[in-house]
Amino acid sequence: MSDIRFSEEHEWIRVDGDVGTCGITEFAQEQLGDIVYVELPEAGRQVAQNEEIAVVESVKAASELYAPVAGEVVDSNQALVDDPAKVNADAMGEGWFFKIRLSDPGQLDALMDEAAYLALVAEQA
Amino acid sequence: MSHASDLSRPGAAGAAAPITTNSGHRGLDLEEPLIFEQDAPGRCGVDLPEPPELAGRLGGLERQAPIGLPGLTEPQVVRHFVRLSRNNFAIDAGLYPLGSCTMKHNPRLNEKLARLPGFADLHPLQPAETVPGALQLIDELAQWLIALTGMPAVAMSPAAGAHGELCGLMCIRAALEAAGDAREVVLVPESAHGTNPATAAVCGYRIEEIPADGRGRVDLAALTERLDPTVAAIMLTNPNTCGLFETDIVEIAEAVHQAGAYFYCDGANFNAIVGRVRPGDLGIDCMHLNLHKTFSTPHGGGGPGSGPVVLSAALAPFAPLPMLVRGPDGPRLAEHATEADGTAASFGRMKAFHGQMGMFVRALAYILSHGGDGLRQAAEDAVLNANYVLAELQDQMSLSFPGPCMHEVLFDDGFLKDTGVSTLDFAKAMIDEGFHPMTMYFPLVVHGAMLIEPTESESKASIDQFIASLRHLVERAKAGDAALFAGAPYLAPRRRLDETQAARKPVLRWTPPAEEAAAE
Repeated sequence: MSDIRFSEEHEWIRVDGDVGTCGITEFAQEQLGDIVYVELPEAGRQVAQNEEIAVVESVKAASELYAPVAGEVVDSNQALVDDPAKVNADAMGEGWFFKIRLSDPGQLDALMDEAAYLALVAEQA
Repeated sequence: MSHASDLSRPGAAGAAAPITTNSGHRGLDLEEPLIFEQDAPGRCGVDLPEPPELAGRLGGLERQAPIGLPGLTEPQVVRHFVRLSRNNFAIDAGLYPLGSCTMKHNPRLNEKLARLPGFADLHPLQPAETVPGALQLIDELAQWLIALTGMPAVAMSPAAGAHGELCGLMCIRAALEAAGDAREVVLVPESAHGTNPATAAVCGYRIEEIPADGRGRVDLAALTERLDPTVAAIMLTNPNTCGLFETDIVEIAEAVHQAGAYFYCDGANFNAIVGRVRPGDLGIDCMHLNLHKTFSTPHGGGGPGSGPVVLSAALAPFAPLPMLVRGPDGPRLAEHATEADGTAASFGRMKAFHGQMGMFVRALAYILSHGGDGLRQAAEDAVLNANYVLAELQDQMSLSFPGPCMHEVLFDDGFLKDTGVSTLDFAKAMIDEGFHPMTMYFPLVVHGAMLIEPTESESKASIDQFIASLRHLVERAKAGDAALFAGAPYLAPRRRLDETQAARKPVLRWTPPAEEAAAE
């Protein structure tokens, strides 16, 4: 099983130990177009699953990121503040948004694996 | 109908080679340096005597450096602003089909009356007893708004639509708190104007979205399921931003009230139903009216806006001060809450003065010059025009939801699939055709949205020309001419702007060359 999971909100989470790194998917960045601004959560913040946690703004639209799992924010990608284009260039890598220490790893089970997510994208494209 | 061969593509076969000029001007499209770059120290539009030496009384707080305004002659300044105004596309220049913004004609009669010295020269600080005529005008407009909406009360002071939203939500909060029932959530549909959730957040509420159903309307079942004692209000636009009438609105109002919540209606699109539907009959508790949309007062930079809020009997006691109170001697302004005049429960003051007087004059002029029948016809013509656009374009463009629509028609980018042309490119190409683009990428509920609102101001001939241009562009896109769109607009003064760079690395002010050199 791949260690990367996907939400219906077109976000990904890659889990390493009890910390998950989160961002938006390749499909999401394509849909948004050129990203011009991100707003990131402060480290230490406690979030519930599906709570609004970050904002991403492109030339077309602004939208929210939702915490794919509950937990504590332990880090956010400050490099995006100066260069939001990283999200377009490498959404699933250098374009990560924040890291969460999972309070309930069981929540991962309800998220999609890559195959299920790709099927969802194929349906929406 | 086609007048141009291939003007939009300089250098293409059949068109003249691009012309360069010595001056940099392109015919009547005049180039000029920035006004700061025209600076010649010592130039001035007025000739003033040297001021006498005066002892400073600012205690050392005087400005130490020059203020940095350019030295210019009066003709330079006049030409500068005239050039800028010529580059500005306005409803006075041509068709401006910006959906959900209602760019309609501002009748000149309104302007004439607003300039009457008795209105134009009012000062907000002059004693109220010296302005009975102004108070009477506000009262008369208020009575019209009450009659047109079927609501018992109206707060006239909010300064614009979003301010009106805030006023409405503050009334709702005050009413809930007075009943000892503070709540925490405001529901907004997915297709809401961005100001709705923003207002609710400013007012301290948590926002939750209600999904749309397959018909582009609020999903009544999802709403009903979400309603509980934590919900303070729903904010709903009707007609909504998909240009559709919320057909379940009466059921929505009933469900909301049953849950003990209030129903805020965003009245931005009241221009589609004025004279046909009274919000008071639908169970709405409060709604703002954008006088600059429905009642033709100037929009945007020509403003200011004005956003009176009509209120149900349950919310009226909480309306903001100052409030117009009707008495035996005519209307008067209540500036402070007192028990006697029904202002005791007011949530307080949200604006320094008494509302946008100049806009009140214009709106009342519009209402009186149209009459009830004329207002109704304006709404009907707005809806007719949008449906004409729908009918003439639906075979070529992709209609997001089946018609008929209300005052605006929503297309998505389905028809551009596999053409390599995006909604943005399509909109840019419309500039070459001489039209202001429609609203793009809003509402967010459809992909690559294009929201067209022709308004009632446009003649059939003008809409026919617009439709013909759009059909022409669709044909070009479908014929594989993506390159044309990628470079558009070719005929605008600055051609294609780099919107990404403008957002990522905005240049917010001009920097003097010396300062710029020092910074590098």
